[in-house]
Amino acid sequence: MSETPLLDQIPDGPWPSFVKEIKKTAELQDKAVAEGKDIKMPGSARALLKQIEISYKDKKTHWKHGGIVSVVGYGGGVIGRYSDLEDIVPEVHHFHTIRVNMPSGWFYSTKALRQLMDVWEKWGSGITNFHGSTGDIILLGTKSEYLQPCFEDMMKLDPPFDIGGSGSDLRTPSACMGPALCEFACYDTLQICHDITMEFQNELHRPMWPYKFKFKFSGCPNDCVAAKARADCAVIGTWKGEIQIDQDAVKEYAEWMDIEEEVVKLCPTGAISYDAEKKEIKIDNSNCVRCMHCINKMPKALKPGKERGATVLIGAKAPFVEGAIIGWVAVPFIPADELFDTLCEIAEKIWEWWDDIGKFRERVGELIWRRGIGEFLNVIGQEADVRMIKHPRTNPFMFFKEEELVESEVVKKLKERGMKWRSFEYEGEEI
Amino acid sequence: MQQQEKPPWWKTDFGPPYFKDLMHPVLKKNYGKWAYHEVIRPGVIKRVAESGDVVYVVRFGTPRLISIYTIRELCDIADKYCDGYLRWTSRHNVEFILTDESKIDDLIKEVEEKVGFPCGGTWDTPKGKYGLTNIIHTQGWIHCHTPAIDASGIVKAIMDELYEYFVDMKLPGLCRISLACCANMCGAVHASDISIVGIHRTPPLVDDDAVRRMCELPSTAAACPTAAIKVKAKEKTLEVDGEKCMYCGNCYTMCPGMPLFDPENDGAAILCAGKVSDARHPPELSKVVVPWVPNEPPRWPTLVEKIKQIFMAWANNAKKHERMVEFIERIGWERFFELAGLEFSWHLIDDFRIPPFMYASYRVGTQFRW
Ligand code: SF4
Ligand code: SF4
Ligand code: SF4
Ligand code: SF4
Repeated sequence: MSETPLLDQIPDGPWPSFVKEIKKTAELQDKAVAEGKDIKMPGSARALLKQIEISYKDKKTHWKHGGIVSVVGYGGGVIGRYSDLEDIVPEVHHFHTIRVNMPSGWFYSTKALRQLMDVWEKWGSGITNFHGSTGDIILLGTKSEYLQPCFEDMMKLDPPFDIGGSGSDLRTPSACMGPALCEFACYDTLQICHDITMEFQNELHRPMWPYKFKFKFSGCPNDCVAAKARADCAVIGTWKGEIQIDQDAVKEYAEWMDIEEEVVKLCPTGAISYDAEKKEIKIDNSNCVRCMHCINKMPKALKPGKERGATVLIGAKAPFVEGAIIGWVAVPFIPADELFDTLCEIAEKIWEWWDDIGKFRERVGELIWRRGIGEFLNVIGQEADVRMIKHPRTNPFMFFKEEELVESEVVKKLKERGMKWRSFEYEGEEI
Repeated sequence: MQQQEKPPWWKTDFGPPYFKDLMHPVLKKNYGKWAYHEVIRPGVIKRVAESGDVVYVVRFGTPRLISIYTIRELCDIADKYCDGYLRWTSRHNVEFILTDESKIDDLIKEVEEKVGFPCGGTWDTPKGKYGLTNIIHTQGWIHCHTPAIDASGIVKAIMDELYEYFVDMKLPGLCRISLACCANMCGAVHASDISIVGIHRTPPLVDDDAVRRMCELPSTAAACPTAAIKVKAKEKTLEVDGEKCMYCGNCYTMCPGMPLFDPENDGAAILCAGKVSDARHPPELSKVVVPWVPNEPPRWPTLVEKIKQIFMAWANNAKKHERMVEFIERIGWERFFELAGLEFSWHLIDDFRIPPFMYASYRVGTQFRW
C-alpha cells in the first residue's frame, strides 16, 4: 500500500500538482545519490512528503516555532524550521528555508538558474518556491550546518546570488516587469527596484527595526505587484498632463469595439467623449483621474501623458496587528528623474523616526495612526495636499500650533501657567 | 569565520544579479520602447516595440512549489526555444519569450507534455475577454508553523475546479484569487476579488511550561490586539480571557507556549470584492462573506463549493469588464448573497475595533485630478 494515501488523491485533476513535484524530487534525488552525486540531504523530499501526509491526516501543521539561524555576517534571510515528528521523519527534523534575492522583475538566464539549482541539489532538499509571496526565490529545507556552505557556493556563482530579507528588516523589494515588456510603465521600475535594493543592503541583511518594511514598485496604477495592498512604501507610476491619443488607432478600434459603451461609459469621471461620426475621442484631462481604464482598453491608441513620475502610498499591511490597510497617499507626485533620490530621502527619514519611537512589531502605517498624519508629514518634509484625502475631516477636533494663534490675554496667561502646545515636529530624543 | 580566514571570493551585501544581464537581448534592445500589446490567444501575448520588433510572451501556470529537476526542464525548453531566457510573473506563472511566431505551438506542446504546466492565465481587455490567473498563496502545512489551513492542497483543488477559466478567456472581467493560511497573511491577500484566509476558532491552550521556558510575559501580553492576555506574575505564566480573544494567533507568533490549533475547529474564512488596481474603481479591501468552512483534506469539498458559488455568481451575472466589487456595488450585497447562495450571519457584521476612524477619509489608490 502507498505510504501517502491522502496525498495520492491530490494529483487528480488538470492543474499542476505540488505533490507530483515533491515525488519527482524524491525520485530524482534518490537517483542522483545512486549515481554517486554529492547530495547532503538524501531522502529529505521523501520525508517531507511523509510529514505532509501526516498533516493531511491530523489536519494540522507539524512544523514548530523556528529558532534563530543565519549565515555569517547576516541576521535575516534564513527562516529556522523544525519538525515535531523528528522520530518519524529525521531527514527533515531541521528544515530551514533560505530566501534568495531574485533579480528585478524575475528575469532569468538559464545559465544563472541552472547554477543555482546545482547548489540547491547539493546542499538542500531540491524543493523550491518560484516565488515566495514577497518575491524571493525560496529554497525549501536544509540543515543548520549546510546554510553557510550553501551560501558560500552561491557567492561563487557567475552571477552570484545573495540572500533576501526576513524578520524586522527591509524585505526584498520587488517590481513589475515595467519597461522590459510593458508600454504602460511610467518609470523604470526594474532599475529603481535594483538601485534601492543595492543602496540598502545593510538594512536588508541586518534586522534592526521594530518590524518589517516593504518597498514595491509598479509602473502604472494597474499595480501588477499589488504594492498598494502590501508595501509600507508603494511606488506607483503615474503621469500629469494629457493622455496621448493616436486618433488613427482609435479609428481602427472603432471598427469592432463599442467605444461608447466600453470606454466612454466606464470612465469613472465621465472625462471621455466620443464623436461617432469622426470616430475620434476627446479627453477632458483636467477631470481624468488616471485610472488606466481607457488606456487598458485601447493600448494602441492611448498612452499615459509625457510628464511621468510616481505616487508614493504609505502604510499598507496585512491584518496583523491592528487590521488590514491599503496604502494611502503620502506624496502625490515625484518626477521620474528625481524618484531614486527622493525615495532614499523619505525612507531614511521614516526609518529614523520609526526606529526611534516605533513599538515592537508596529508597522509604519500603525505608527502613523498613533502619532497622527501631521507629525508624519513633518518627518518626511511633505506639505499637506488635497490629493491625500477622499474628503476633509467631518469633525472639528483639530489641533492648532502655538504659532497659529492670535496673541491674546488668554494665550499669555496660559503660557504663564506653563501650558505646552503640540509642535508636530519630531524631535529625536522624545519618546 | 574570522576576518583573516576569509578567502578571496568571500563577499557579503552584493545583492541580486543585475536584471539586465539576465534578460533576452531583444528586451534589452527595446527597453522602455514598447508600442502596444495584443493577446493573440489564451496564454500568448504579442508585444510590439516602436522599433518594429515583435515578441510573443507565452505564459504557463505553475504550482509555485517546484522541483529543481522541473526548473532544469524549463531551462532546457528555454534553451531550445528562447535563447536561454525565461521569467516568472508576480503570480507564480512562468513565461517564455519567443521571437519566432511559428514556434508557439511546439513550445506549448513541449511544456505541457514534458512539465505538465498549462498555457493560459491571460486576459484581453480591448476585447473584454478575461482568463483567470494563478492563485497567489503561502506555505501552509508544507513549511510554516502557524497555518490554520494548508495552502497548496486547497489551491490545487480550486484550480482543478476552475481550470477551464485559466486556459480560456471567457470571463467578464479580471478575477484575482488569493490564499493565506493564517491571519499574518504573509501573502497579503486582503485586497483580492476572492480570498481565502486560514482562521482559528479557539483561544490559545496555554502551555505553562513552554511559556516559562521560552516567553517574555509582558511583551506577549502586549502583543494581543484585544488585551485578552493577563500576566500571572506569581505563577510566571499567561492567562487568556475567552470573552476577548478573537483567535488571531498573534500571541503564538510571539510565544511558542500559546498554541491555538484545533484540527476540528480551524478552517477557512472566505472574503471577496477587493482589488488593488485603480482601473475604474479605486482599490478596496476584501470583505468576509463566509465566516468559516472546515478543513477537509485532501480535497476541501465544502470550501471549493463555496468558492465556485461566489465565482459563478459573478461570472454569470457581471457585465463586461466588471470586477467583483463593481458587480456587487451595482446589484447590492443582499442580491449578491442570494445569487451566490450564501447565508448571511451575524459574524459578518464588523465588531472588531476597526482601523482608526480617520483612515476612512484617506485617499487610497492614485486617482487624482491635477
Ligand atoms: S503595473 Fe502597469 S507598468 Fe507595470 S506591468 Fe502592470 S500594467 Fe505594466
Ligand atoms: S484614465 Fe480613467 S479617468 Fe482618465 S480618461 Fe481614461 S478612463 Fe477616464
Ligand atoms: S500566511 Fe501565516 S501560516 Fe501561512 S505561510 Fe504565511 S505566516 Fe505562515
Ligand atoms: S489569539 Fe490573538 S486575540 Fe487571542 S489571546 Fe492571542 S493575541 Fe490575543
